[in-house]
Amino acid sequence: MNTNSNHAPQTLYDKLWNAHVVHSEADGTALIYIDRHLVHEVTSPQAFEGLEINGRKPWRLKSIVATADHNVPTTARKDGIEDPISRLQVETLDNNISKFGIADYYGMNDARQGIVHVIGPEQGATLPGMTVVCGDSHTSTHGAFAALAFGIGTSEVEHVMATQCLNAKKMKSMLVSVEGQVGKGVTAKDIVLAIIGKIGTAGGTGYAIEFAGSAIRALSMEGRMTVCNMAIEAGARSGMIAVDDTTISYLRNRPFSPKGDHLARAEAYWRTLVSDVGATFDAVVSLNAREIRPQVTWGTSPEMVTTIDGLVPDPKSEQDPVKREAAERALQYMGLNPGTPINQIKIDKVFIGSCTNSRIEDLRAAAGVLRGRRIADNVKLAMVVPGSGLVKRQAESEGLDKIFVAAGFKWREPGCSMCLGMNDDRLSPGERCASTSNRNFEGRQGAGGRTHLVSPEMAAAAAIAGRFADVREIL
Amino acid sequence: MEAFRQHLGLVAPLDRANVDTDAIIPKQFLKSIKRTGFGPNAFDEWRYLDQGEPGMDNSKRPLNPKFVLNEPRYAGASVLLTRKNFGCGSSREHAPWALQQYGFKAIIAPSFADIFFNNCFKNGLLPIVLTEAQVDHLFNIVFATPGLKLNVDLERQVVEVPAGESYRFEVEPFRKECLLNGWDEIGLTMRHTEKIRAYEAARAQREPWLFS
Ligand code: SF4
Repeated sequence: MNTNSNHAPQTLYDKLWNAHVVHSEADGTALIYIDRHLVHEVTSPQAFEGLEINGRKPWRLKSIVATADHNVPTTARKDGIEDPISRLQVETLDNNISKFGIADYYGMNDARQGIVHVIGPEQGATLPGMTVVCGDSHTSTHGAFAALAFGIGTSEVEHVMATQCLNAKKMKSMLVSVEGQVGKGVTAKDIVLAIIGKIGTAGGTGYAIEFAGSAIRALSMEGRMTVCNMAIEAGARSGMIAVDDTTISYLRNRPFSPKGDHLARAEAYWRTLVSDVGATFDAVVSLNAREIRPQVTWGTSPEMVTTIDGLVPDPKSEQDPVKREAAERALQYMGLNPGTPINQIKIDKVFIGSCTNSRIEDLRAAAGVLRGRRIADNVKLAMVVPGSGLVKRQAESEGLDKIFVAAGFKWREPGCSMCLGMNDDRLSPGERCASTSNRNFEGRQGAGGRTHLVSPEMAAAAAIAGRFADVREIL
Repeated sequence: MEAFRQHLGLVAPLDRANVDTDAIIPKQFLKSIKRTGFGPNAFDEWRYLDQGEPGMDNSKRPLNPKFVLNEPRYAGASVLLTRKNFGCGSSREHAPWALQQYGFKAIIAPSFADIFFNNCFKNGLLPIVLTEAQVDHLFNIVFATPGLKLNVDLERQVVEVPAGESYRFEVEPFRKECLLNGWDEIGLTMRHTEKIRAYEAARAQREPWLFS
């Protein structure tokens, strides 16, 4: 343990950083070692090509876990991918995997395939104390396991493959503490949206965030992943949560988890992965869990968020001219008028899925709201896209699929789907969606589409009401 | 990587905060397996009136006359001036590729999202952070001065309005060196192969479960 008196108290981030420095430059830029490299079809082809052109080989093949998730169809897959460009991208990954000899690949038709940030933890491929990278900004998800996890660009994907290392500079540290107990119907998603509403989408830029406090401790691993997943929406490349019993029991008996003699040793080490008492952070933010209500975004940035009992804000009341203009533009794009109660906004589609909210617990929660109910007539499409093949199977074994289908939802195959609409699942111009994903940017779910971010429970409530509704009144 | 030392170029003002990488290069263009060809689709949804899809002949598409980069006075711009938190959202390196292939060499903003900022350096595209007040001032000058060019000098770490004021910017020494010399970062790291192996061996002792 690093709590002995010879050391200054360290944050979790300090510990993770220090454990991975291979070399330091004079200006503090460090070469840090990468333990786990997650790979998907969109950000890897140019990296593999770069390796080939330069005659380089992956440094440690065993560090790579790969899947196809962004482009894959969510309808029946036996006929392959219809769109030739998407197909080429997935086939390129297939080919690179065999060419370079990567063993841990969950291709489109593997029972364990799914969203890269869902399957990593599910397989135990994300472990405490690791550095985890992926050519994807939501890699912050894996920080829920007290790992230093962050998204990288394609040049860095190539760099990690070739050297197992990355050049990086230590970030500043931020503690986001959420104390108290959340009310009924208030979820991990609402906590993280409330945090983003408070600090803004650039509030965490330049920081690694540690989420702490009794409300975070009380979350399951699924909930913690939801929170860390959206650290990037607050601008932080990494979010993380200290190890506790919840972390350790989640990891037992997963395919990549340590076994036999290694298990006790690993768990003893993992338990040291907490911020020491007295460790200092560069910034501290506190929230009271009791005050957090179900959240709904109204604009085109995750910080444009309010509560279900709130109103669409009036940009005129915004002092900062840049923010005022952004709010005006957002309302125009979203087709909303200032002062409209959130619970009067009608929706066209509902999407339950994405690396934020497509785990088994999310599906259970949404199904709990939908049981015995039907989606409203004005809802054109409501769909559930499980995060992985294993989540899907688990949900089916619990009968959740039947509840969704009976309520009028489509039950689909795993992948990113309408989170970003690279496959056929997307919004048409002007369509409004209650979505459990993480980004409400212009055009994110389809050109001209209007996204409102909510929790799975709130998405289910909106599906039933045909407009945003307070799930606390349904439960 | 292409080296960057100094550049004098026409400035285009993109007066928006929080421009995300989905806006810089929409997802449908991420299906490419190449590193090139993204320039014509930079800011696709803002730049064209129709819906862009890969494989279209972009020269035949209707341009949105209201989008700033389509204004004749900014044709050929190579320095982008914009607002805070530029490049937020997705980690896609296709965003700096698209900007660079459009013709930009440098981007000036009060702040950038971390991953985007990092990706720029890997491609010889220079992101420059100036204060909000300086950026505000530059916006005013650009709007008021048709054809305004800025000189960006990485060696001296300054942005200069020709025959006008100059602004100093910070850049980490390691990144600066890499960019000035156009170094291949992977090649640089490979000089530390021995150290990496030694580190790996020590980790395998300490955390054997990671290496079994
Ligand atoms: S689900 Fe959405 S946010 Fe997550 S990895 Fe896929 S596209 Fe990215």
